Amino acid sequence: MAYVLKINGASHTIDADGDTPLLWVLRDVLQMTGTKFGCGMALCGACTVHLDGAATRACITTIDSVGDAAITTIEAIGQSEAGRKVQQAWLDLDVVQCGYCQSGQIMSATALLMSNAHPSDSDINDAMSGNVCRCGTYNRIREAIKLAAGAKP
Amino acid sequence: MTLTAIHREDAAALSRRTFLKASATAAGGLALAFVVPDRSEAADSAAESGALNGFVRIEPDGRIHLTIPMVEMGQGTYTSLAMLLAEELEVKLDSIVPEHAPPNDALYANPILHEQSTGLSASTRGFWLPLRQAGAAARIMLVSAAAQRWKVDPAKCTARDGVIRDPSGQRSLPYREVAQAAAQLKPPAPEQIKLKTPGQFTLIGTSPKRLEAAGKVSGRTRFGIDAIVPGMKFAAIAIAPVGGGRPKQVNQAAALAVKGVRQVVVIDEAVAIIADHTGAAKKGLEAAAIQWDDGPNAQVNSQGIVAQLKAGSERAGVIARNDGNVEQAFATAARRFDAVYELPFLAHAAMEPMNCTVHLRKDACEIWVGTQVPTTTQSRVAALTGLPKDAVILHNQFLGGGFGRRLEPDGTLLAVKIAQHVDGPVKVIWSREEDIQHDIYRPYYYDRISAAVDDAGNPVAWHHRVCGSSVVARFAPPLFKNGLDFDAVEGAAQPPYAFPNILVDYVRVEPASITTGFWRGVGPVHNVFIVESFIDELAFAARQDPVAYRRRLLTHNPRALAVLNLAAEKAGWGQKLPAGKARGISLQFAFGSYLSQVAEVAVDAKGKVKVERIVCAVDCGIAVTPSMIDAQVQSGTIFGLTAALRGAITIKDGRVEQSNFDSYPPMRIDEVPRIETHIVSSTENPGGLGEAATAIVAPAVTNAIFAVTGRRIRKLPIEEV
Repeated sequence: MAYVLKINGASHTIDADGDTPLLWVLRDVLQMTGTKFGCGMALCGACTVHLDGAATRACITTIDSVGDAAITTIEAIGQSEAGRKVQQAWLDLDVVQCGYCQSGQIMSATALLMSNAHPSDSDINDAMSGNVCRCGTYNRIREAIKLAAGAKP
Repeated sequence: MTLTAIHREDAAALSRRTFLKASATAAGGLALAFVVPDRSEAADSAAESGALNGFVRIEPDGRIHLTIPMVEMGQGTYTSLAMLLAEELEVKLDSIVPEHAPPNDALYANPILHEQSTGLSASTRGFWLPLRQAGAAARIMLVSAAAQRWKVDPAKCTARDGVIRDPSGQRSLPYREVAQAAAQLKPPAPEQIKLKTPGQFTLIGTSPKRLEAAGKVSGRTRFGIDAIVPGMKFAAIAIAPVGGGRPKQVNQAAALAVKGVRQVVVIDEAVAIIADHTGAAKKGLEAAAIQWDDGPNAQVNSQGIVAQLKAGSERAGVIARNDGNVEQAFATAARRFDAVYELPFLAHAAMEPMNCTVHLRKDACEIWVGTQVPTTTQSRVAALTGLPKDAVILHNQFLGGGFGRRLEPDGTLLAVKIAQHVDGPVKVIWSREEDIQHDIYRPYYYDRISAAVDDAGNPVAWHHRVCGSSVVARFAPPLFKNGLDFDAVEGAAQPPYAFPNILVDYVRVEPASITTGFWRGVGPVHNVFIVESFIDELAFAARQDPVAYRRRLLTHNPRALAVLNLAAEKAGWGQKLPAGKARGISLQFAFGSYLSQVAEVAVDAKGKVKVERIVCAVDCGIAVTPSMIDAQVQSGTIFGLTAALRGAITIKDGRVEQSNFDSYPPMRIDEVPRIETHIVSSTENPGGLGEAATAIVAPAVTNAIFAVTGRRIRKLPIEEV
């Protein structure tokens, strides 16, 4: 059966089983490789995308569960004001190291700022502790979120 | 060779002359090839033939392309190495475009490691001289070309930000306009190249933004797993859960019935499902309901391995160092202390799971992968396929973490074995479970350590026996000499302290079916934990302050003493903390850098450990990029801390018991301590820093735990106390 997915403002018709995780449709079928595979069990957040603005793990989100929700990926997150600010803060503070987890980190951070313009440390912990970084960029991530929120990091 | 000897070779490598060759680029620019003349004649002949595009290409569009021989896996080498070139070339850093190097030991070997391998924290150290020389040579040629056009003395011209000015300052030419003319000139002889002194640096010592960051925040950067090859299929794999096992039964019909599944490949040690996308391949793999013949190793378990190591540690080992007379000193000393320290197997668990894309054709094998060892990988694939090395085309990619895992070609070899059964390109992605359960693990170590002290509690004799499997014997057999693994004793054989009598020996014990490899921090990550814990034990036994006790043993070692004092001062050593909290200190010399850390740790009534603050003092010689040094201290500390607190791979019935981030849990943002980096100003040549902080953090934490609880942690991970 075919599924119609709204991704970054465009409609895509996908001919795949309904239980196919969105992650593999993005990466393998549509060649949008910015969204990463890390664990397959929603334990690391590398695959984070937005479904109607909410941070969602694409590795366990099957395409038959998406419905007509608007999917936003890292490729388009810079088109929103919050996403652009987060990306700029990441650059300003030189957050990235290997960079592999950073698509997911940026998607989670942007979703946080879209729902909470001035997050506290504890808000940041709640929103970001699902995103693993093996390079240990966490302290700069925290500062960058505060910078993007307009607070002094 | 010991690692210390490798460090000494820095000096030799740095004094070797860089061989330069200029040519024109296809677009009419200047290409400069440089090779550090090595033991291999291949290097000279390759450079002589001009068979390369050049390490550095200055194109008529003004862009400067720098082929980076080392891989970028987060450590920032693309930026740091570009800075070395830009400093002497006199260009803005952002005019440099870093490019991945193809595999070629003759052209791209690290001068310290003698091969094109990114490891041992050797990138900045290895290219410190050659890249600055190349930058200076290119600048001299560009200035000469401009001076010829103006008919003036080149020595009186100046160059800055990619623009040459004549002696009067009236006329100027950008590099791009003279690049073609410069390509006709002979490169200057090495003795004509005068490099800047540290006081003249304008870029080295600053903290510019990382060159590759923009692609990484927008999802554009292509890691190995992101390779896109037209027509490729996707493979999900299952590897025999027990080493030496084989697939016994595979339900091929069920797998093929899954929509999108194209093929089932069964090889000796694994099964691969080939499909139109990874989702279908994974579903097919589940449907295949594979049953395994476990083979001879189904009885292997952790307890048996530890018993085997314990027995090994009771034998005398191969001597790594024997100064003075340890036996006599123990016989006559006032007191002696003995301890056993154990460290577990560890997985690397890089964020990017193992993967490789292969297109095997009759006459060539094309590979897309992120690897720390491109040339080794190329050779091994050539041997596997029977193709000539030149027919193995390896496209290296950004690495989503390496940590030593990508020093191993096993993932590529497995992908090629699968590709031998597939018509067309195939991308093989390991699940996280496969990645953790078929890693090449940091060895389990079972070490014995003893010290004899005088009446004042000062050590007069020190005996450290290292017992574990040998990574070097497997990884680099020619470097495994007389039964000694130089890496296994690194950090043990040359502790920073003065001991009048010291014996360090090594017992090699190889556990059945478990392959062990390098892990971030390599030898020091195990030995520094033991040395720094045991020194702390001696200090407490002598009722002395751990910092004061160490100071007295460092009078011969001013750089080590300076970082110890700096860490203690910045951490407020000696100032009172609330009940349930304490500080611990550690010190190391490794990878050519001196580090000291103070950990501030809280232990609650239930024994739960919380590391609240880490203060790190660093003397890594000239600090090429301070912000990157801080990033590597943050990174290395958290990597080492994760392992120290809860990292362990255990074996039951021949199988690895951990499988994903739930059973092999990484630290998360809500758990990490504040980490402060303090850099000692220095004019010494740069030391390595990608791994140093990983090695030093565990003992700072366990020494703090002892200070709070009186409980000495001699076995990692810490878990709860």
